[in-house]
Amino acid sequence: MEILRVEGVNKSFGGLRALNNVNFSVEEGDVHAIIGPNGAGKSTFLNCMIGRLAPDTGSVMFGDISLTGMKPYEINQVGVSRVFQTPEIFTDLSLWENIMIPTMAKRDGVFALHAFKRLDQDKEILDKSMHMLEEVGLADKRTVIAGSLSRGDKRRLELAMCLSQDPKLLLLDEPTAGMSRADTNNTIDLLKRIGDRSITKVVIEHDMHVVFSLANKVTVLAQGAIIAEGKPEDIKGDPRVQEAYLGGAHL
Amino acid sequence: MFTKTSPALDLVYFLVFAAAVLTMPIWLAPIGAGYPDLLQKFAIFGLFATGFNILFGLTGYLSFGHAAFLGVGSYTAVWSFKLLGMNPIPAAVLAVVASGVFALAIGYVSLRRSGIYFSILTLAFAQMSYNLAYSVLTPITNGETGLRVLESDPRILDGGGATDGPLISNLFGIEMTGYAGFYFCAVVLLIGFFIAQRIFRSPFGIMLRAVKTNQNRMTYTGLNPRPYTLAAFVISGMYAGLAGALMCITDPLAGAERMQWTASGEVVLMTILGGAGTLLGPIFGAALIKYFENIFSAFNEQTLHEIFGFLPDFLEAPVVAVSGLFVGEGWHLTLGVLFMLIVIFLPGGLMEGFARIGRVLKRSSNKSEKSGSATAPAE
Repeated sequence: MEILRVEGVNKSFGGLRALNNVNFSVEEGDVHAIIGPNGAGKSTFLNCMIGRLAPDTGSVMFGDISLTGMKPYEINQVGVSRVFQTPEIFTDLSLWENIMIPTMAKRDGVFALHAFKRLDQDKEILDKSMHMLEEVGLADKRTVIAGSLSRGDKRRLELAMCLSQDPKLLLLDEPTAGMSRADTNNTIDLLKRIGDRSITKVVIEHDMHVVFSLANKVTVLAQGAIIAEGKPEDIKGDPRVQEAYLGGAHL
Repeated sequence: MFTKTSPALDLVYFLVFAAAVLTMPIWLAPIGAGYPDLLQKFAIFGLFATGFNILFGLTGYLSFGHAAFLGVGSYTAVWSFKLLGMNPIPAAVLAVVASGVFALAIGYVSLRRSGIYFSILTLAFAQMSYNLAYSVLTPITNGETGLRVLESDPRILDGGGATDGPLISNLFGIEMTGYAGFYFCAVVLLIGFFIAQRIFRSPFGIMLRAVKTNQNRMTYTGLNPRPYTLAAFVISGMYAGLAGALMCITDPLAGAERMQWTASGEVVLMTILGGAGTLLGPIFGAALIKYFENIFSAFNEQTLHEIFGFLPDFLEAPVVAVSGLFVGEGWHLTLGVLFMLIVIFLPGGLMEGFARIGRVLKRSSNKSEKSGSATAPAE
């Protein structure tokens, strides 16, 4: 079943055509990677999907819901979470608090004026967020201030924040950018592990090692247009992809 | 900042604070601050700063126009005296409502921007209110003379008409001056502190801290930061309005100078000096500034000569001349120096200073315990 359908999306910045009539769909349960050389329009594409940028024309449908024109927090509330290229976390708060916030957002909605409830008495939130921390292996660091974590742990925390909301669709923008090999492998393991939960994932990635160890479908973007789509093994051998992406070198 | 919290701990915290506030006339007497006028100021400005801290300390939005709400609260309170009577309770309630509505309007516009632009917008609104109070709004504010209660005012609940003696706010016969006035302000401060404490521990409070830390992540977590900041702005505006009402309850006269930008700046100083984002810090900051204002400004050459009288004459004259710059009219200089020292060496304000002292004491007591055993490992 299709979970996300993008139709005829165009986006220009001044004279630069960043996205050129992109049609794209994601099947439920897939890990769908979007690859492409620098400046291919991958991030623009993701930003159009998540409401950070409004596409000039075209539509983005999430199930029956049109995401075009929706605010980022509304898009999140219908079940789409996003992981950023540089981890976006609440750096001044403890890890536990970092997880409590999305857990509460999931339960209480876009805005709730619970000014007189005690957070430390809210068993549901405390237990859920603690459980999430245990799941990603950060439970013993729960009182640590998030800003002091290593890059890999920050990424892990951000993922946990997204997962605590049980999203239907998870968008990952270069989840391993700037990470050491060990951190990259940890992140891949974590993403594989959460794959069991049948969360559909769209991954934008540079690192071929990550793409081929995670994705079961790959879309190749070059100069704002889709040039190939298919199973990872097919994409590897596609001459057009090699031409566009690697200038003809073998993968 | 992660500290273990629990309702029981908070209750203890609150009770200790309440005891300290209510016994202020006793323990502040030895340092010359035990007189009612100053104590009232401690409570009023403590409340003002506590409210300001809910906005600035939690969300990080620096409002430079909070004095406007102080003014709105004051005028509302005096109007309540004039129309309804000298009871402080309707005055306080109406002041909170009026300043809340006012804050909603200003906040709705100002919060469209953040950072320095937000500060400038609030400053502009406050200066606008200040100037309007002197010009167009004179029928409501009575301009430069200031708004006061007159014998001829209706004062419905009091029955109106002439009274013997001056018109002073009174709570069922207790006049709100002197120590009675202080205790009224202190009780209001305690209520305000209690509410602030609950906000700090609430889901709402943590959302406000999330606003300060990362609005981008917040939006992508399904939360709209705007209503959160607006709610914080309105709540802190209400605190300011209540503080303004208390000023009039202890002295029923409202003037526009209360809304000047220097008053807005003062509450910023109080909060930063004490420690933004901490519960007690702003109250300490407010007390310290008001103490300096009252004590140091009262010093003159004569008192300095008395203090330094023990020095030989050739030393006494220059010492008095130099220290004279820091007292009397020059007390702002003392405050400025103190503020600089704190911001440079204790960015977390007085509360950070207390925390450091606490840690040093803890470490030294640990050391003295450990020194008994020879195998104590070095840290």
